[in-house]
Amino acid sequence: MINKTDNNRAWLLVVPVVVLVAFSAIIPLMTVVNYSVQDIFDPQTRIFVGTEWFREALLDERLHGALGRQVLFSLMVLLIEVPLGIAIALCLPRRGPWVSFCLILLALPMLVPFNVVGTIWQIFARADIGLGGWLMTELGFDYNYTASPLDAWLTVLVMDVWHWTSLIVLLCYAGLLSIPGAYYQAAQIDGASRWAIFRYIQLPKLTNVLVIGVLLRFMDSFMIYAEPFVLTGGGPGNATTFLSQQLTTLAVGQFDLGPAAAFSLIYFLIILLICWLFYTAITHLSTR
Amino acid sequence: MFDWMAWTPVTAGFFGGIAVLLVGMAGLEVVWPTRERKGLLPIPTTRGDRLFIGLLSSAFVHLGWIALADSPVYIATILCAIWVAILLRWA
Repeated sequence: MINKTDNNRAWLLVVPVVVLVAFSAIIPLMTVVNYSVQDIFDPQTRIFVGTEWFREALLDERLHGALGRQVLFSLMVLLIEVPLGIAIALCLPRRGPWVSFCLILLALPMLVPFNVVGTIWQIFARADIGLGGWLMTELGFDYNYTASPLDAWLTVLVMDVWHWTSLIVLLCYAGLLSIPGAYYQAAQIDGASRWAIFRYIQLPKLTNVLVIGVLLRFMDSFMIYAEPFVLTGGGPGNATTFLSQQLTTLAVGQFDLGPAAAFSLIYFLIILLICWLFYTAITHLSTR
Repeated sequence: MFDWMAWTPVTAGFFGGIAVLLVGMAGLEVVWPTRERKGLLPIPTTRGDRLFIGLLSSAFVHLGWIALADSPVYIATILCAIWVAILLRWA
């Protein structure tokens, strides 16, 4: 039997990270909490208002709208990107000279900075100088993402799919490669159909990577800011104004620090809840 | 030094409470290590999990209370304290 020695001195190695996180996250978060209960006029003049900003934020129609759009956007992103990512991963070659080519091609969109993606799509989707917009017009669609909310939504969605489906593809591809050949041989002996192989061998083996992929895509899409900001500026009207942009307008545009802090905390709590749900799902799936 | 953080007595008390809870839980873990168990909740939880679930749900209860109820917030705080105690004991 191996005698395990407890050596708690290793915890000292974690101290630099704790200090770093304290300075970069915990102290700013505490400041946000302090701001959320005060009306701040200037650094010297501030009045305690209790839960007023929270009540205002919770009852604000614009925030309800932004939250609704945000949830809808994140759900649509997941509904499109996850099945599409799995399908592309299944179609990719497993060996041969095309593997590297396909992987690099797929990884390219993920290397482009967020605001550059916004700019690329802003030009691409314009009817006068952009190829995408021109093509849509030539095909007979009355497409104008600066005027029609539906077109703006479609453009933002397609842009996100273009930017991030590769993440799901690469995760699933890695997951598929890790399935031992013996499973496929057994399925072949049993005469399993292509669908049965996918349903009973590939999909169960992909569960863990998919949970991580869904978590990453959900969190990223829930915090999306730069791409729609550059592409549509939140418009037309506020059709594509998502939570981050609404928050920025409140905090930087109108300089309402108190209400913005209260709203940030509500946003933070929603993200914390979702992260916890995913974390619990992941830990329970891996121990099952 | 910490003037820029705009402290108020209420938020200082709140964070002080959280700090006391964390230090208390860490100390308790040393003298009486937690064991994962399954109770009221559908998932097995440790003591820290139950505290986290209790605090997070309390935050949402407070938000709901602020949005929907006209009564003072401390009533929600009392209800949440009872809820966290129930979670820690029976969940």
